[in-house]
Amino acid sequence: MTLDCPLPYGEHELIQLGHGAGGRLTAELLDSLVLPALGGQPDGPLEDAALLPGADELVVSTDSFVVSPLSFPGGDIGSLAVHGTVNDLAMRGALPLALTLAVIAEEGLPLAELRAVLDSAGKAAYETGVPFVTGDTKVVGRGAADRLFLNTTGIGRRITGLTPSAAKARPGDAVLLSGPIGLHGTAVLSTREGLGFETDIASDTRPLHRLVQALAPLGGGIHSLRDPTRGGLAAALNEIARDSGVGVRIEERAVPVPAAVAAACDLLGLDPLVVANEGCLVAFVTADTADEALTALRAHPEGAEAVRIGHCAAAPAGRVELRTLIGARRVVDMPLGEQLPRIC
Amino acid sequence: MKYLDEYRDPALARQLLAELRRTATHPWRIMEVCGGQTHTLVRQGIDELLPAGIRMIHGPGCPVCVTPLETLDRAMAIAERPGVILTSFGDMLRVPGSTTDLLALRARGADVRVIYSPMDAVRTAEENPGREVVFLAVGFETTAPANAMTVLHADRLGLTNFSLLVSHVLVPPAMTALLDDPECEVEAFLAAGHVCAVMGWTEYEPIAARYQVPVVVTGFEPLDLLEGILMAVTQLEEGRHDVENQYARAVHRTGNSEAQDVLGLVFRSTDRAWRGIGTLPASGLELAPEYASFDASRRFDVSGPHSTEDPECIAGDILTGARLPTDCVAYGARCTPRTPLGAPMVSSEGTCAAFHAAGRTRSAPA
Repeated sequence: MTLDCPLPYGEHELIQLGHGAGGRLTAELLDSLVLPALGGQPDGPLEDAALLPGADELVVSTDSFVVSPLSFPGGDIGSLAVHGTVNDLAMRGALPLALTLAVIAEEGLPLAELRAVLDSAGKAAYETGVPFVTGDTKVVGRGAADRLFLNTTGIGRRITGLTPSAAKARPGDAVLLSGPIGLHGTAVLSTREGLGFETDIASDTRPLHRLVQALAPLGGGIHSLRDPTRGGLAAALNEIARDSGVGVRIEERAVPVPAAVAAACDLLGLDPLVVANEGCLVAFVTADTADEALTALRAHPEGAEAVRIGHCAAAPAGRVELRTLIGARRVVDMPLGEQLPRIC
Repeated sequence: MKYLDEYRDPALARQLLAELRRTATHPWRIMEVCGGQTHTLVRQGIDELLPAGIRMIHGPGCPVCVTPLETLDRAMAIAERPGVILTSFGDMLRVPGSTTDLLALRARGADVRVIYSPMDAVRTAEENPGREVVFLAVGFETTAPANAMTVLHADRLGLTNFSLLVSHVLVPPAMTALLDDPECEVEAFLAAGHVCAVMGWTEYEPIAARYQVPVVVTGFEPLDLLEGILMAVTQLEEGRHDVENQYARAVHRTGNSEAQDVLGLVFRSTDRAWRGIGTLPASGLELAPEYASFDASRRFDVSGPHSTEDPECIAGDILTGARLPTDCVAYGARCTPRTPLGAPMVSSEGTCAAFHAAGRTRSAPA
């Protein structure tokens, strides 16, 4: 029996915030509306970046950034726009060659804030070693945008021998995680809502291409890579389980959740597994390369806390299971949409 | 996950489970009243590790689930009024009313805002003097004191654009209503630790004595629940029916007197309809006459909506522990978190949502 409901819900015939949250509602929107309209393949693998037709060594990715507030502990919309697109390229085994930047600013935005954000984007691009090669600036009337939206497109070149795909995970693979989860989502939520966690929590936003480069010597042993952004680790693992047709089994005890993130999530009734990240990746690698991959990840600051969190099984295909702290098993479902803090 | 390790230690869990197996010589049925406890039980798989004869019955303690359909419909009718800002906690926004939910209304243009603290609702009223700010105030004794504080604060500030749509409910009347049902199978209760942190446990003592049921005040971590279950089973095996406190690190017998004073000042008890269960005498809170000017149901004439439940939804049986979500023909098919027919599939504390999130499947084909 499927737990997916095939029926449309009449009252939900309008775009809601949940459609952009990276969970089941986002997938439904892509499959039922976006992909058919654009000639894409519903139910195909959802990759972070695409291979350019006719030039398979080149990879392209585009992403829009609409985060509020524009600055948060650990980062801002400018650095996030660079890191997000660089990371999407990296998850297809590519190093970034060039970036574009489109700015949509709301009338009334202080120039000082725009300057700070763009300085940050420029600094992040410099540190990543990738130039902005073109861009665009638009201004819309007050109320037509939420202060500032950024769109970045990135072009990258695949590292020789690395061909990761969301559809290539195989039974027996080890599941690795490069660092702690939940920092970005809780940092942004805390700042936006004034919840007061910000002294303990900073976003993990950072580029991950060096980690992917470190994995390059393992070549074909690297099956799938994904940075668990919107929808968190739960969505990333579910997407790979679905696209690869494998079962994924993880150990709750092995998943690193910083104490401050855990406390914030406990207070708000949120699950750290579905909170957004911007600076860690999951890697599905062959069992015999797992130790070497962990060593390679740990050699870099952004992967210093890399751990093995589980493995792949042949069945049940498409399902993510978690062995709980006390030894029982439960399913980790695809998150639905927007995370809603609980009442008490 | 490396947090709260003291209360999530697998070795200690195995010890408690072993002790439970040694202690339980009969099958027993224990109700955890609180939805938060249901989620820990299901998410950690505790109920599947218990000795075969020990059955957990999931109780009515999800505040979102038991909020009457009429209240939700009224909140939505108010939210649709021009000039209104409707505020509530996040998990109220997806609960289906008769025809729609607050998230859908927000997408259609209504100003519906999620708050993280009740005082945020008052702040919203201060910042929007030209708008009517309504706070949908639901929940058990846990949330009621903080919600009561909003009234005192708004009164001090002299705000005339702030009101509450109150639908608070109380735990003890629900427990006695369940026990009065001749078909009730509950033999012991795990009382909700957070509620008892406010109210203490003196009000459970007459219930334990009258109905001869053990009541164990219990926390929310896996080891809290295992220990609470062990304490309840020990009492049942020994033929005792006391009120015991597993959650000593947070709960005292008389509770939090300051919170109780605020409750007594702002609210008074009233008969209250519980979604799926019906009206229970003296089971809710309403604003005291001195604060009637903050009552949104008086301020807005929205008595018109005709509320109807989906006939397929068995939320009432779920909330009273009479049936499991997996007994429902709609569960996982027509009723999912994406398309909920009833509130237990919506709230993060709802039994149906807990089962669905944990991947529990229906026991028999519909």
